Amino acid sequence: MQRDTLVSFEGVVKRFGSFVAVQKMDFEIRKGEFLAIMGSSGCGKTTTLRMLAGLEAPSEGVIRLSGKPINDLPTWSRDTPMVWQSLALFPFLNVRENVEFALKMRGIGKVERRRRAEQWLDRMQITEFADRNIAQLSGGQRQRVALARSLVVEPEILLLDEPLSALDAALKVRMQSVLKTLQRETGITFVYVTHSQSEAFSMADRVVIMSRGVIEQIGTPQEIYRAPRTRFVADFLGSSNLFSGRVRPGAAGGVELETPAGALKLGGDGVMPADGTTATVTVLDTKTHLSVTPPARSVNVVPVRVVGEEFVGATATVYLETPQGQEIRVQKGHDELADLPLGIGQDLFAWWEPKDGHLVAEA
Amino acid sequence: MSGSGAESINRSRGVDWALKGYILLAYLFVFAPIAASFVFSFNSDRFPSIPLGSFSLEWYEAVAADPLVWQGLRNTLVVGVVVGVISTLLGFGAAYTDYRYKFAGKQVYLALALLPPTIPVIILGLAMLAYLSRINLSGNALSVIIAHVVVCAPFAMAIIRLRLSQMDPALEPAAWNLGASEWKTMRHVIVPFTKPAILGALFITMAVSFDEFAVAWFVSGLNETLPVKVLGFLQGQVSPRINAIGTFVFVLSMTLVILAQLLLSGKGANDRAPADDKE
Ligand SMILES: Nc1ncnc2c1ncn2[C@@H]1O[C@H](COP(=O)(O)OP(=O)(O)OP(=O)(O)O)[C@@H](O)[C@H]1O
Ligand SMILES: [Mg+2]
Repeated sequence: MQRDTLVSFEGVVKRFGSFVAVQKMDFEIRKGEFLAIMGSSGCGKTTTLRMLAGLEAPSEGVIRLSGKPINDLPTWSRDTPMVWQSLALFPFLNVRENVEFALKMRGIGKVERRRRAEQWLDRMQITEFADRNIAQLSGGQRQRVALARSLVVEPEILLLDEPLSALDAALKVRMQSVLKTLQRETGITFVYVTHSQSEAFSMADRVVIMSRGVIEQIGTPQEIYRAPRTRFVADFLGSSNLFSGRVRPGAAGGVELETPAGALKLGGDGVMPADGTTATVTVLDTKTHLSVTPPARSVNVVPVRVVGEEFVGATATVYLETPQGQEIRVQKGHDELADLPLGIGQDLFAWWEPKDGHLVAEA
Repeated sequence: MSGSGAESINRSRGVDWALKGYILLAYLFVFAPIAASFVFSFNSDRFPSIPLGSFSLEWYEAVAADPLVWQGLRNTLVVGVVVGVISTLLGFGAAYTDYRYKFAGKQVYLALALLPPTIPVIILGLAMLAYLSRINLSGNALSVIIAHVVVCAPFAMAIIRLRLSQMDPALEPAAWNLGASEWKTMRHVIVPFTKPAILGALFITMAVSFDEFAVAWFVSGLNETLPVKVLGFLQGQVSPRINAIGTFVFVLSMTLVILAQLLLSGKGANDRAPADDKE
């Protein structure tokens, strides 16, 4: 175990009856990092968080906090406050009483309680609502109350379960920056569960991607985006083109992938797979290029036909199809696409540098 | 009653008036006997007849002068308060158990817990009498209390259960997560949240106990409650004193029921009202 590890999951399994919600999970959370846990609905994100909070007991394995096993510690004896998806603010208490709640439960005296709550009310800019009822607050204000209520005990770690999912888009972005700033300033470890790729990638130092109770990949947003480790991750992120085929020695040295779209040269990082095995390579849609005539160096060129185009802000996504019917996407700035004929049915060539192709693990 | 919602629907005025009239008639039908009893309790004539005699409080005076009535009233009040408290405690426990735990046979548990009010009161009263006299408890106030708790606790449970079902399921674990043990959570979260329902249940069960006659008749022995006493009067002679007592009991019960209604609808709705202003 590294010195800067705050939490470690060691072979943690969670079953509900015969259903396995989390399968043999091994990973570490570092002190002071912003970790996002991402994955599709029902993949076990909340379950993972609840086990860490002590609201769900692992069926197998050990969870350690600062090196000590905490499996048998009830949630009220752990300092692992959580911000709930529904926020779960106490409707019969006003804002100040909500924030003071955790201090009161710890037997801290009235004066001290008031003082510390005041600090967090101020920090979250909700002092002016201190005496209001929860029902009289807007969504964003409630969010701040929920954060203050959890942070008032100044924990080492804060757990957040899709806290922004109920907010509208503009407020979501505002709260993201509030959260990120808060995390940086306090140095508290944040574990943030979300569905949203943009939330995870814009806030987190590291991202965990889960699927059906299994961790598919852990890494920085850049690592995951550039080189998805598994086919699931690549599909989930939806920002890469995938090609599968049989591995064979290349004509001009190196290794090639024999795919329906033609022979593709492998390059770049990692260990090359053995001849005769099947492999899948991913290429980012921003690293896939288009031209009217085949490019001079004729490796990794695939003939394609335009099927559609979509504008998203400053960039456009061109949808294409190989003769075999495989979809290929290319994402570029408008000026890069300006010289290309992009009418539907137009024949073009898609190509990329071998170094931009990344092998994914075959699952 | 046409709410503001109904007005937006294009319904003919005639239908609207007819429906209002219908409701008026229904209320008239339900409350006419009580209203009559109320009117005759202030009437000087010995027998209820129209035209009315002069306004008079003589029947109230007669009732107030009767020590047996006072004894009945005291029994009723003591029994009602004790029954209200015990039923509400039991009802709360049963409702919380249902809210918190999943266990085999939960449906059966719920059905049994809610069963007593569906048993015909004559049968319940007889069974209570047989049972309580077997264990030497029949014929005193305690026996009425026991019998009434059996009848009232399911009402308390139903009311509190409804309130618990409106609670965000994350509220209780959120309190644990913030450092409150299970007992502290009960005291600082569950009870405050359900308080309107707890008070509502208290008033309703008291009212049910005040009014309950049949079971009390079987088991009360010499410690008659007021409704039992009224029947005693009736069997002796028809007297407007009954109207006076009836009016008094009605007003008392209605006060409790209205209090409960205010607590259950007003406060409960407040907690969940969404704020629609944006930040
Ligand atoms: N108490 C429970 N009993 C039985 N099954 C459960 C329980 N809690 C969760 N599950 C199941 O475990 C799986 C993982 O649930 P979990 O809530 O962790 O998903 P999630 O990743 O948070 O999903 P979402 O994004 O929809 O919130 C789901 O299939 C769910 O149905
Ligand atoms: Mg979830």
